[in-house]
Amino acid sequence: MSDTLTKTPNQSQTDAGRQTSAVPEDVMIRVESLTKRYTGAHAIMNLSFEVKKGEIVGFLGPNGAGKTTTLRILSCFMPATSGMAYVAGRNVFTESEEVRRRIGYMPENNPLHLDMRVREYLKFRSRLKGLSRKASRIQSDLAMERCQLTDVSHKIIGQLSKGFKQRVGLADALVHDPDLLLLDEPTIGLDPNQIRSFRELIKDLGKTHTVLISSHILPEIELTCNRVLIMHQGRLLAADTPEKLRSDLESRNEVYAEIKAPKNSLTAFWNAHPDVVECQISASEGGFWRVTLTPKPGTDLRSIIFKAALDRSWELRELRRQYHTLEDVFVSMTQNVNGFDSRSRMDDHQKGTSPNNQEDED
Amino acid sequence: MSGYAILAVVAFLTGLGFTQLIHVFSVSPAEAPITELFFETYYFWLIVLLATPILTMRSFALEKFSGTFETLMTTPVRDWEVTLAKFSASMILYMVIWVPLAIYIGLIQSHISGGAATDYGAWFTAFIGIFLVGCLYISMGCFASSLTENQIIAAILSFALGVGLFFLSFVTYRMESATHWIAASAHYVSLVKHMNDFVRGVIDTRHVTFYLTSTGFFLFLTWKTIESRRWK
Repeated sequence: MSDTLTKTPNQSQTDAGRQTSAVPEDVMIRVESLTKRYTGAHAIMNLSFEVKKGEIVGFLGPNGAGKTTTLRILSCFMPATSGMAYVAGRNVFTESEEVRRRIGYMPENNPLHLDMRVREYLKFRSRLKGLSRKASRIQSDLAMERCQLTDVSHKIIGQLSKGFKQRVGLADALVHDPDLLLLDEPTIGLDPNQIRSFRELIKDLGKTHTVLISSHILPEIELTCNRVLIMHQGRLLAADTPEKLRSDLESRNEVYAEIKAPKNSLTAFWNAHPDVVECQISASEGGFWRVTLTPKPGTDLRSIIFKAALDRSWELRELRRQYHTLEDVFVSMTQNVNGFDSRSRMDDHQKGTSPNNQEDED
Repeated sequence: MSGYAILAVVAFLTGLGFTQLIHVFSVSPAEAPITELFFETYYFWLIVLLATPILTMRSFALEKFSGTFETLMTTPVRDWEVTLAKFSASMILYMVIWVPLAIYIGLIQSHISGGAATDYGAWFTAFIGIFLVGCLYISMGCFASSLTENQIIAAILSFALGVGLFFLSFVTYRMESATHWIAASAHYVSLVKHMNDFVRGVIDTRHVTFYLTSTGFFLFLTWKTIESRRWK
């Protein structure tokens, strides 16, 4: 009787140990059906994903999608209501201290002690993160060099520009050389040049660290990340490479062409064509028409258009597949827009870019 | 910055107390330890009641407000370590603000000779009393600061707690003769009485126990308050 009683806690301990070691070596983050419930509302629901070592992963979603909540759970700031999360093979809830040693977390809005000097702040932070006095000095200098802060190392943080402050935040996140960097909206409020240099910095860091960046700025994610997780209303909608996500949308194979021909014959021909599901025509300059065609699944319309133009001696000056940005993927996923709407939105966008268009139509 | 402001204000107030002491000495010879005379001026309580809420109001509230609380709590430090560190930091500053008082007392003692006034023991126990009262008030301030992210609310809350506790002393004065249990318990929390003992050179273990346990109690509450983010 007493034997079974004493064994039970041991049993559960070894179970926990087994669970931890069950996470493969090359997996940096594993999240299993994670749920966070505040009174009445779910911040995240049944979230599961994995991040491999060395990846730069973008965490994408509209405001309030649950990105920050997820990052706060991963950084051990607060626990989840249910579910499991592992960072570097360690349980976020039971081995929180070990996990915190291995992560560099830069929260949203980049909070800093504004009355401290840059080097002093980094040394203070690395001491907090458990580095020795000597190591903290060396690591702070390294982090400052990496983030190009050496010139301002003796300036007071509160007097630095936004771009520099952001770099101080990043230097803080990586000062103890963590395995994983969690960056919550790191480029918020930066100007385009600063965003560009920040992007380079993150790309550079991705060579040596695993990085998870949350953002709602899509081009940034598209340019820096190997993989994208799209979240909406606390759920994971997609997890894939930016290219793959785009090609999913492109699998509709929409084709865009500019053809010079009588409008009536164009409309009649494409509406009657067996391979075309949908046809949209709008005026372009110089007597040309913008034709956007959606084919039946699995058909490539490009050569068909070329042949049709050749046979009827239409003038053809542009022919390409419709290109989708990650933004379209994002919009179509998070707004549950059907194909037609998302395409007409694209058309609006194109119209916007050529001001002549409006006059031609009049 | 606020640290320097507090230092300046406290130096001014202890200075006022000092001039009052000099006035007392110029009229009649001292019959009690200087420390006791100083504490009779009530400048001490004015400083404790006003300075401690301002010293401690930022400790947690500002970190929560600016968001650095999040960066702090995601480093591998434990919640109780943060609590103790914040408490110690405020305690150090609190003890620093009494340095001018030590200088004044030393100054007077070097100018008067003999008698009860130059009792180094009382000098020493007075600072033990200052330290213990400080522990209680600073821990109360840390607790108030951990409850909110607004420094002003933190200061008002700890001021209310501190003043409330201080006025309990006067309840005992009014019920001096009563043997009622309320009077008896109020007697144990009478800060003014405690301090009167300390400045006379008496270290009563009951008082020491009172300050240490109540400080521990408020630090425990602070610890649990900052841990409570995990319960939500």
